Amino acid sequence: MSVIDLDVLGFGEGAHLLVARGLAGSPRVEVRGRDPALAIDLPAWCRARGHAIAALDTHDAITTATIDRAATSRWISAERAGSIDAVVDRAPATWGLAARGALVEAGGPAPSFPLADRSIVWADEAARLYAQATAAQWDPATAIPWRAPLDHPPEIEDAIVQIMTFLVENETAALVVPARFLAQVHPHFREVMQLLAVQVADEARHVEVFTRRATLRRATLGTSAAAGRASLDTLVREPDFAIASFLLNVLGEGSFLPLLHFIRDHAPDDATATVARLAAQDEARHVAFALAHLAHHADREQLRAAVERRHAVLASTAGLNEDVFDALVLLAAGSWEPPAIKRGHAAVVALTADMDRARRAHLERLGFSSADAETLSSLHTRNFM
Amino acid sequence: MRPFILGAVAYDPKVVTIWEGFRAWLETRGLPFDYVLFSNYEAQVDAHLRGVVDAAWNSPLAWVQTVRAARDRRVEAILMRDTDQDLTSVIVARADGPIRSIEDLRGKRVGVGAGDSPQATLIPLDHLASLGVTVEAKRHDVLLGKHGDHVGGERDAIRALVRGEVEAACILDGNHALFQREGTAAPGLLRIVAQTGAYDHCNMTVIDGGGAHASRFRELLLAMRYDDPEVRPLLDLEGLREWRPGRTSGYALLERAVDRFA
Repeated sequence: MSVIDLDVLGFGEGAHLLVARGLAGSPRVEVRGRDPALAIDLPAWCRARGHAIAALDTHDAITTATIDRAATSRWISAERAGSIDAVVDRAPATWGLAARGALVEAGGPAPSFPLADRSIVWADEAARLYAQATAAQWDPATAIPWRAPLDHPPEIEDAIVQIMTFLVENETAALVVPARFLAQVHPHFREVMQLLAVQVADEARHVEVFTRRATLRRATLGTSAAAGRASLDTLVREPDFAIASFLLNVLGEGSFLPLLHFIRDHAPDDATATVARLAAQDEARHVAFALAHLAHHADREQLRAAVERRHAVLASTAGLNEDVFDALVLLAAGSWEPPAIKRGHAAVVALTADMDRARRAHLERLGFSSADAETLSSLHTRNFM
Repeated sequence: MRPFILGAVAYDPKVVTIWEGFRAWLETRGLPFDYVLFSNYEAQVDAHLRGVVDAAWNSPLAWVQTVRAARDRRVEAILMRDTDQDLTSVIVARADGPIRSIEDLRGKRVGVGAGDSPQATLIPLDHLASLGVTVEAKRHDVLLGKHGDHVGGERDAIRALVRGEVEAACILDGNHALFQREGTAAPGLLRIVAQTGAYDHCNMTVIDGGGAHASRFRELLLAMRYDDPEVRPLLDLEGLREWRPGRTSGYALLERAVDRFA
């Protein structure tokens, strides 16, 4: 039997911590103390917790009590929610929001997290990519030279505004899609949840900086074509995590990387070049996670069918907004002079070839043959994302 | 067939959660169960006597009232919580004040709970009266009719003591540490001047056997185990670890108080 000496500590001052600690290690404890209220507070505390007072005596201002621990406990049927550094194959709903590795009391809610299978959500690279992502966060207020001179012609500024309008729309889709899955991932797969959260935050920042760049000189934005929104709508409505990740992050953002590099390289001002460069840096991480994730679980036939299905849905739409295509040509041309336009046009044609190459490389990394990769890349949405 | 109908007093919104939970649990075990909530114990006692409910989850005062009003009918306490047994009340004064013993309270202002609270008014005032000490009781009537089930009356009595409006206050033993932990009274501020004898608190009362389902109801509640995660939230809400067979040996102090103050 262990002996707990409370000295003058009272139950209104935390004495119960010492008693509870003693009872955790021993079914019977003796408690001694000199607090004048101990003979009242201790039995009341025990009564509320089911512990029995076997003896209680106060002599010479010292109270002594013998306590027998309650036979029942909140933790009798508790279980560990896995271990801190290893994920399980399937996370039970009853673990809910508990930290991975916590001792979880039985009972309580069983919230629905539909993405609870390691085989569907997990990638070993998630922790490393998350660390990388948090280290690479940048502050839009200070990372972009917003006051850099804008001395290009007004028509080029109009082209930039149109491109930024297009980017905001696409980045909004890239925010909404992972946000929808984020709330479905079982928190047991903490690193994936965190990575998706940073991805959402990345896109929020992109939406901010593209909007801000568009409105540096202009009070109105460019156009948003129905076909572009139809293309993005198929991403937002895709219910399958792997397919959505494949279409958005691998094929869509994979195509966007050359586009952002193109904007960076042809930007007439530092602000435009910087927003494109920093966004590309984030997007590269999103592509890397999707590739790592899909390399483990991709059902290639399912992915192929998804590309073909999306192609069929979008076949009757107009494809890329002509205003965007023209704006890219003008950005690369730098002026309306015919030779410049010819150069700009060739650069955009080369960009679409770059995008195709990037997509095929990603598809081959996922195990598609080069012939399959070529076919699937050609079926990718003409909207780029 | 009529379900087993329980009467309970709604002293807090959680009462709905508690008895909805019991209803679901009992019904999955084949006991047709329903409950009726009353805003005060007097209405519940009256309804019980008229057969509106088969059992009443009674305060100790409601138990005494039922026994007295039932006259020759058979009134039983079939269940109670482990936490209903062997409670005491304490009379506390300021540790930095002049009140050191019960004798010092003679003629003084003493803060008590609601006028119908057994633990914070009736039993401690009777304790003082039985020792020949007459005081000026200052009531803190939080939710009168609910027999002190709401802790607010006792808390107000302690606040009055802290502010110096009364010389002592009467509270349930378990609330002595609680009021210090929650900050109502700073640790070291209170001195316990007296403790009443032990008494029992609530019980599940039936009249004339309580109908066809009463024994099954009693068996099921006695079988509830705190280790069972399905049951534990209900027991936590109702404040017990286990149901025990009812006993009526713990109401003598309250009977005496009711006789004295009625």
